[in-house]
Amino acid sequence: MSLLRNLASGLRGLFRKAQVEREMDEELRGYLDTAVHDKMRGGMTRDEALRAARIEMGGAESVKEQIRAVSWESLIQTVWQDLKFGLRLLRFNTGFAAAAILSLALGIGANTAIFQLLDAVRLRTLPVKNPQELARVAIDHRKSASGHFTSRYSDLTYAMWQQIHSEQQGFSNSFAWGPTQFNISPAGEVRIVQGLWVSGGFFQTLGVEPALGSLLLPSDDQQECPSAGVILGYSYWQREYGGQRDVIGRKLTISRHPFPITGVAAPDFYGVEVGRSFDVAVPLCAEPVVEGDESQLKSRIGWWLAAMGRLKPGWSVERAAAQLRAISPGIFQAALPTEFNASNAKHFLEYKLGASPAGSGISDLRQQFEDPLWLLLGLAGLVLLIASANLANLLLARASAREKEMGMRMAMGASRARLMRQLLAESLLLAAIGAAFGALLARNASEVLVVSLSTQHDPLFVDIGMDWRVLGFTAALAVLTCILFGVAPALRATSVAPGAVLKGSGSGGTQVRSRFGLRRILVVSQIALSLTLLVGALLFARSLNNLAKLDPGFRRDGIFVVDIDFTARHLPKEGRVAFSDELLRRVRTVAGVEAAATAAIVPLSGDGIGHDVLIGDTGEPEGEAPVAAFNYVSPGFFETLQTPFLAGHDFDEHDRTGAPNVAIVSEAFVKKLAFGKNPLAMTFRVRRMNRTSAPYQIVGVVKDTKYTDLREELGPIVYTPRAQNENPATDAQILIRSHAPLASLLSAIETMASQADPDADITFSNFHQMIDDGLLRDRLMAKLSGFFGVLAALLAAIGLYGVISYMVERRRNEIGIRMALGADQQSIIRLVLRETGLLLVIGLVTGVALALTTAKAAASMLFDLKPTDVLTYLLAALSLSVVAALASFLPARRAARLDPMAALRNE
Amino acid sequence: MADKPSGLVQGTLDMLILKTLDLEAMHGYGIAMRIQQISKSVFQVNPGSLFPAFRRLERAGWLKSEWRNTENNRRAKYYLLTTQGRKQLRGEKREWAKQAAAIARILEAES
Repeated sequence: MSLLRNLASGLRGLFRKAQVEREMDEELRGYLDTAVHDKMRGGMTRDEALRAARIEMGGAESVKEQIRAVSWESLIQTVWQDLKFGLRLLRFNTGFAAAAILSLALGIGANTAIFQLLDAVRLRTLPVKNPQELARVAIDHRKSASGHFTSRYSDLTYAMWQQIHSEQQGFSNSFAWGPTQFNISPAGEVRIVQGLWVSGGFFQTLGVEPALGSLLLPSDDQQECPSAGVILGYSYWQREYGGQRDVIGRKLTISRHPFPITGVAAPDFYGVEVGRSFDVAVPLCAEPVVEGDESQLKSRIGWWLAAMGRLKPGWSVERAAAQLRAISPGIFQAALPTEFNASNAKHFLEYKLGASPAGSGISDLRQQFEDPLWLLLGLAGLVLLIASANLANLLLARASAREKEMGMRMAMGASRARLMRQLLAESLLLAAIGAAFGALLARNASEVLVVSLSTQHDPLFVDIGMDWRVLGFTAALAVLTCILFGVAPALRATSVAPGAVLKGSGSGGTQVRSRFGLRRILVVSQIALSLTLLVGALLFARSLNNLAKLDPGFRRDGIFVVDIDFTARHLPKEGRVAFSDELLRRVRTVAGVEAAATAAIVPLSGDGIGHDVLIGDTGEPEGEAPVAAFNYVSPGFFETLQTPFLAGHDFDEHDRTGAPNVAIVSEAFVKKLAFGKNPLAMTFRVRRMNRTSAPYQIVGVVKDTKYTDLREELGPIVYTPRAQNENPATDAQILIRSHAPLASLLSAIETMASQADPDADITFSNFHQMIDDGLLRDRLMAKLSGFFGVLAALLAAIGLYGVISYMVERRRNEIGIRMALGADQQSIIRLVLRETGLLLVIGLVTGVALALTTAKAAASMLFDLKPTDVLTYLLAALSLSVVAALASFLPARRAARLDPMAALRNE
Repeated sequence: MADKPSGLVQGTLDMLILKTLDLEAMHGYGIAMRIQQISKSVFQVNPGSLFPAFRRLERAGWLKSEWRNTENNRRAKYYLLTTQGRKQLRGEKREWAKQAAAIARILEAES
């Protein structure tokens, strides 16, 4: 009842404001009149009575203010008034408003953009039914494993999956999946789409509905399914088929095998891997058909699958994990590969399965980018702090300018709280507009970020959207910055003594001095924060430079990789070497090709082969045998990549099957495995699981090179002739050194290859580009931290400029007197710069301390650089000092050009 | 002039206003004068706290107001007690008596 009445009366106050105010006026006037009347009856004259009554009553305005304060609607009214007033003030100060909004928009935008990415890859759950019930099944703490690893998530082999599927009890449904790439071109140059191998339970377990046709079912898990139906991703269907509904039943060619399309998945479903989106999903049972001889499904040592399950009602992840752990011995015994030697088998049988929550999906992207993103968010936060400090500084300057206004309003009866509210409303207005622009900026910025993380071979898909988390984050930032930059100036502005302000001219006095102190503190902290950001930027830039300048042991420029896949010819093993030799011979004749060679592993492509090495002709090593990286190469490999020989010679045409086994080893091999003995007199054997090779004679030693990754330490590498490989591949991976224009080279090679084999699949890549793609994260960190660093230095410079200008303005008289007494321009400039120097030194010292503690967070991302690198700190301090000197030189020169007479006359 | 009211216990003013209006409807000045007279100038109510109290009590539903003519034939806003207000006054009086008696007992015990 009373709440309703309160509401009604409040609404009346809002909408019939004029009438309510009129009544209030009338009532108060009546009160005064009656009081005067009363007092006159008591014997006072009219003037005396009026005076006494007015004193008793106090200011009419302040009484009205107190009455209004009782009601809730007046709060809305005053806030509305404040906002309108604030907007008007901002319109009158467009320069100030633009600067404030721009710096806030940049700061908030950068933070929001990075948070959006974090939200998408880390915080959000999969867009499937009840994602919190999903769990990933994998081996706990798997340190090393033997076999072939062909996917980003090589958790399990097919044999293990079959065992898990039938033995597990904690899940109502489960499925196995593996990311892959499919070649969907019917002939000629390869067309790659992002693919998924999935078991029949994939869509059902996740609860994904078809947008068209039907999806796979657990009953689709057959022994072999050469004509299984494939499922298209929704966006791929839209992109490639224009969303046509008659796509069902059409054929899609995958590695030259036609498969019927039977369904399209729901629109928002991108798979279970955050950061990537699938185009085509193919049942596991079709894998042997697609991969042929290289099938992983048929091999017990092929690790290519990951598994997930949906927990039964009442089962926790821990309980499911415990059950999996309990059945592990049986599972690994049943899935034990026959190819394993005793030591492999021992490791394998000790594995224990486990389960972990998978509601937010699976992502290698997350592992790779989560830490950098949090770090970048921290850096962006610092930038926002600096921007807030700048705004606080500007508002403090305005506070001194508005001292008179505030004094006047207080004298007229406004309470301090009322004035604070108005000043904070102005700040909030700025923050809100800044945040709105920031959110717009963030949308584009985060998309640019995602694009910059994608490469041609590995397109990323990150579903960036505004959700409540992002909105909440942006709103919280706006409020926080508003408090940061608004409260102190508002407190200062309203801490005036009305009498003093109205009397005096408002310049000088202790208040101004202490206010100026706060501004100095702000500038010092800006310098300190900027230094931290600059140190971060320089660390990442120098780390990237270290990686780019690093000598990997081979040349990066002018090398192209052509992969010619001749699987479709179905050549027997003997024929493959001969055919790839023929292809290499033809490539070498192409105009512009300076050198060419084949290699099983392209260095730094991320692929790798590792085997045990047994030194000597016979015998077993004590303990574990050392492991070396392997590559199977043709003669001319080292010449093509320009890796120098340190001893011995290259392979030649006679090193084939039948001839004695030969090998070329790297320097590190000699150091670590041959213990400095003359390597050319040495032999070793290679153990591949349970088979040990005949002895290899070392015929050459080459310089150390990087193998899978630029960041790795140089390890032992063994090169053997491709022609002595027992299991020659059905493709020729040819490295070409050439300075010819790329386009003409590619078309010449394409013509050549299609003459040799019209059915061949051809893929090109640029070696340099491939290496660069591997430095994506480093480049991202260098670019973004550089951007933040420059922004921070700029903001700090603006802040410093403002404070020094203010100081010069305030000391006009003093400077005028000094000049009148004979000080020359130089000494005035020195006077001003001394002020800068003091602020700068305090800021730099604080900044170095701050940077030293925060840079540790970046240690693991730096290459060949310590986070305490002295040169970096010196460079950062030096560049900040130069910027600071420039920023204060302008006001210093202005001070020096002051006309002393004008300055003195002013007082 | 009497001493300034040394401190009306929070909420007491509301009770005094309700009590004053229990007899008849009055305007603001009248209420202030009545409180001053009856308390023999111990309590002096200034408009700065009186009018906000009217607004508060009105919002709570204990008072209502209407414009009437005074004895001097001027228009003034008269405040009236509602049924709810009367109930509230009874409750407050009871509570006050209880508290005053309790305080008195404490003070006596100490002396």
